Amino acid sequence: MRETISFVVNGEHYSKNIDVRLSLLELLREEGLTSVKHGCGVGECGACTVLIDNTPIDSCMYLAVWVDGKTIRTVEGEIKDGKISQVQQSYIDAGAVQCGYCTPGFIMTSTAFVEKHKGQNVDRDEIRKEHAGNLCRCTGYETIICAVESCLKD
Amino acid sequence: MFNIEKYSKVKSVSEAVSLLEKNPRARLIAGGTDVLIRLREGEEDYTELIDIHDLAELMDIQKRENGDISMGAGVTFSQVMENAIIKESIPVIAQAAGTIGGPQVRNVATIGGNICNGAISADSAAALFVLDAVLEIERVNGARELPVREFYLGPGRVALEHGDVLKAIIVKQENYAGYGANYYKYAMRNAMDIATIGCAATCKLDGEVIEELKIAFTVAAPKPMRAQTAEDGARGKRVTDENIEKIAALVMEDLNPRDSWRASKNFRLQVIRILAKRVITAAIEDAGVQR
Repeated sequence: MRETISFVVNGEHYSKNIDVRLSLLELLREEGLTSVKHGCGVGECGACTVLIDNTPIDSCMYLAVWVDGKTIRTVEGEIKDGKISQVQQSYIDAGAVQCGYCTPGFIMTSTAFVEKHKGQNVDRDEIRKEHAGNLCRCTGYETIICAVESCLKD
Repeated sequence: MFNIEKYSKVKSVSEAVSLLEKNPRARLIAGGTDVLIRLREGEEDYTELIDIHDLAELMDIQKRENGDISMGAGVTFSQVMENAIIKESIPVIAQAAGTIGGPQVRNVATIGGNICNGAISADSAAALFVLDAVLEIERVNGARELPVREFYLGPGRVALEHGDVLKAIIVKQENYAGYGANYYKYAMRNAMDIATIGCAATCKLDGEVIEELKIAFTVAAPKPMRAQTAEDGARGKRVTDENIEKIAALVMEDLNPRDSWRASKNFRLQVIRILAKRVITAAIEDAGVQR
């Protein structure tokens, strides 16, 4: 069972004939986008978070065929002209990275959040709520929230 | 790779209905947040899929001329939370939607899937029960309508026959206009958790007298339940602390929570008592009486 789908990943156009049994996580990793991490595999931990049409989703429980006609963003595409994004830089500045396994997923959730709420007055509770689908087992949440807060201010 | 043995992407509800009719093993997949998990766990019942993901026909939210609100079964919880019609007229649904899973789950999981899987903990169920929602179900020989209160048969079992597709959920104007409402999900964590007890209520007041109270619970019986005895007991009562206590005490007449690894029966009974009072009070306040 195969289907041909077209989609955009980080600005690059793809047209591929894929096995319908593939998850989006598997498809992206096979394409070399290994920032997309396989964590729990059941949509609990958010390590596999990518943006589809700018909305965060867990790619582990999303069929690859569903991205037909859609635009995907992963951490690899957040680097523009050799420069990392504001969200990435703020994670570094806040010391929001420990082991790093959850980081690419968190970065994508934060990126969507910051783009949605830029310039708005958002409280920490709202930041926590919108990051509740990402787990960090090094428990680095406080610095992650600080990183997001600093992005909203600038 | 998921263990899918047969797969058809459909372009309409009628196509899904006719494919279901032809294949007794076929199941629908919409958001996939339940079906893909079950497939991953190796459940053989889910290997032949009819895909209704992103089907435009199922993703409409509209207010009809008569004031009734219709939500397509394929609407995601994030869409429910952000929709202007829902926020304005039936915000209790948006409130319930916001308690489900986490953001990534809410961005793909659908309101139709939430009730069709028959989970007794479905967060949208309590809200739909107190709004007396009506389900539009499509089948080969035409459509039928079913009140959501008659939809649940038991844990994991609903009144859908093979070949039925839930198309839309209708909330009639008479069931939301003039009502205050509230939903409270009690769970061990604030996100990514299943309700220990869920409770929703709607309330219509005549001055300081309760004209109509509707209150529903999830995980408090083998299926989501309205607490009819308490509702009957509330009719015509003045809004006083004493009366709210009395009404809240009546909810147990219709409920029968169980022991499970998530929570003991006694703990659930305690939560039910507290939530009944809290949610009734909040619905009354939302209807306009300050407590």
